[in-house]
Amino acid sequence: MAIAAGLRQTIARAKRNDVLFVALGVAALLFAACTFVALFIDMVGDGAARLNGDFFTQFASRRAERAGILAAWVGSFVVMLVTALFAVPLGVSAGIYLEEYAPRNRMTALIEININNLAGVPSIVYGLLALGLFVHTFGLGASVLTAGLTLALLILPVVIVATREAIRSVPGAIREAAYALGATRWQMVQHHVLPYSLPGILTGVIIGLSRAIGETAPIVTIGAVSFIAFLPPSPVSSSFPFLNFDWLASPFTAMPIQIFNWTSRPEEAFQANASAAALVLVAMTLLMNALAIWLRYRLRRNLNW
Amino acid sequence: MPATIAPTVAGRLAYRRSRHLRERFIEAALLGSALVAVATTLGIVFILLKESIAFFRQVSIVDFFTDPQWTPLFSDPHFGIWVLLSGTLTSSAIALGVAIPVGTVLAIYLSEFAGARTREIAKPILELLAGIPTIVFGYFALFFVTPLLKNFIPGLPGFNLLSAGLVMGVMIVPYISSIGEDAMRAVPMSLREGAYAMGATRLQVALHVVVPAAFSGLAAAYILGISRAVGETMIVAVAAGNQPNLTFNPMDQAATITAYIVQVAKGDLPHGSTGYLTIFAAGLTLFVLTLMFNLLGYWLRRRYREEY
Repeated sequence: MAIAAGLRQTIARAKRNDVLFVALGVAALLFAACTFVALFIDMVGDGAARLNGDFFTQFASRRAERAGILAAWVGSFVVMLVTALFAVPLGVSAGIYLEEYAPRNRMTALIEININNLAGVPSIVYGLLALGLFVHTFGLGASVLTAGLTLALLILPVVIVATREAIRSVPGAIREAAYALGATRWQMVQHHVLPYSLPGILTGVIIGLSRAIGETAPIVTIGAVSFIAFLPPSPVSSSFPFLNFDWLASPFTAMPIQIFNWTSRPEEAFQANASAAALVLVAMTLLMNALAIWLRYRLRRNLNW
Repeated sequence: MPATIAPTVAGRLAYRRSRHLRERFIEAALLGSALVAVATTLGIVFILLKESIAFFRQVSIVDFFTDPQWTPLFSDPHFGIWVLLSGTLTSSAIALGVAIPVGTVLAIYLSEFAGARTREIAKPILELLAGIPTIVFGYFALFFVTPLLKNFIPGLPGFNLLSAGLVMGVMIVPYISSIGEDAMRAVPMSLREGAYAMGATRLQVALHVVVPAAFSGLAAAYILGISRAVGETMIVAVAAGNQPNLTFNPMDQAATITAYIVQVAKGDLPHGSTGYLTIFAAGLTLFVLTLMFNLLGYWLRRRYREEY
């Protein structure tokens, strides 16, 4: 009888621990959710009053109540354009190569180790690379092009990994069917593998860009200025040759830099500006992330190989 | 196939040849893109080494590791990297003190306990938390967490490692929980069923079967977390103050390696000056540190990978 009682006690304790752990798990989840909510409430409380039309159409100013984020959001936008222009073709091609072409040899292993390692390199180190290489060796200065290239290198591993995962989920039968009809490898990739994996690749690209748009450290390191009272020159013009690339060489500021600048000021009025700008930046990244998450869920629902 | 191809043997052979050439060309272009990753690594190593060598021509490497002061821009300059390392290590330790327990509990909970509905709500929230720009977290640490902490710790200075570290920890939680959860979900059901058949509870299964089986993935998640914490820049640059300070006290303000680089790069130092070179020496230290963690993670994953 005594043994049975002891056993019962052990079982009761084990079951109690189970319940306790569930409580702990829920608490951890609530902790994460509460931080998220607190962050939002704090930003809205401090910055919502500053969010009006003028805030988006005014340049930075010495007077907090007149300062806006025009140069910052335009700068972020053009930098993202350059980043996407470089990171997407390079990352997707590299992903295709590694999944569809790469032989199992030393070179492939080297590339894979490199990509893994690059994903773990702190973003500020990319900033140092850009400072030493793009700014001083190539003489590109602290321009839109430098920032775009730097962020493109930074998100390259994200795009490559997403491309590989998307390509890997395309079943082998599709490839065999294309080969059986006499397609070359590239025809198979171009007409079959790429279209099927496009949503997955797109998800990865959006996540990479949403990371790039919030990155501060690398673009501060290349020496981007925070007080800019003009916009980059327009890429299209009315006279021949209609396109110009001066905007690539233009100095710029970006959303995270503007926030950083306003946060470092002692006056409280600038703190309100910082939180309003932070709210805009968070809204931008959250929208991009939500889009990516939605794409992925949709994708999972629609695809049954 | 284009309709214009002549139905002659020579025409077909020519088409085949051009097709073959095009294939080769495309393959080479794709390989070139993949090699950009290698070139980036080489570029990083080259730039960091080049500028650091120039730095160590001016400053002895022994001083770099033993000097207890870091005052590179003063008239009496000292270059003791330990000052910056102490800030980096202290803030990272606080961050991991938050992120590892919370992240692990979350990973176990989401993988072994939570129902499908809970998971569907929890995972996007965590992903969104991971997507918040670090500068915003820095703002949050300085203007929300520090004032909050001051209620409990009266003497806390406006800039301190504690709030920066805590917020950094929250930032790292999603990384650890998501990689950890993936590792645990990869553990085959039969292992769990075996343990359940022996009468184990869910928690016993989780702690004695699933966690040991997923150890390599979990360890990799921790290593990634450490590497993130060490390399995190904006939170400490905004909230920890930029006072180079040889301290392991979380209540102090201090500069980390990353915060120092940002602080110097923000100013206008002439290219090639000693001050300019210090950020590359500091960056090299950071790079080596994170590289070590990355390699350790890689090794752990290979060493402890369970084969099913």
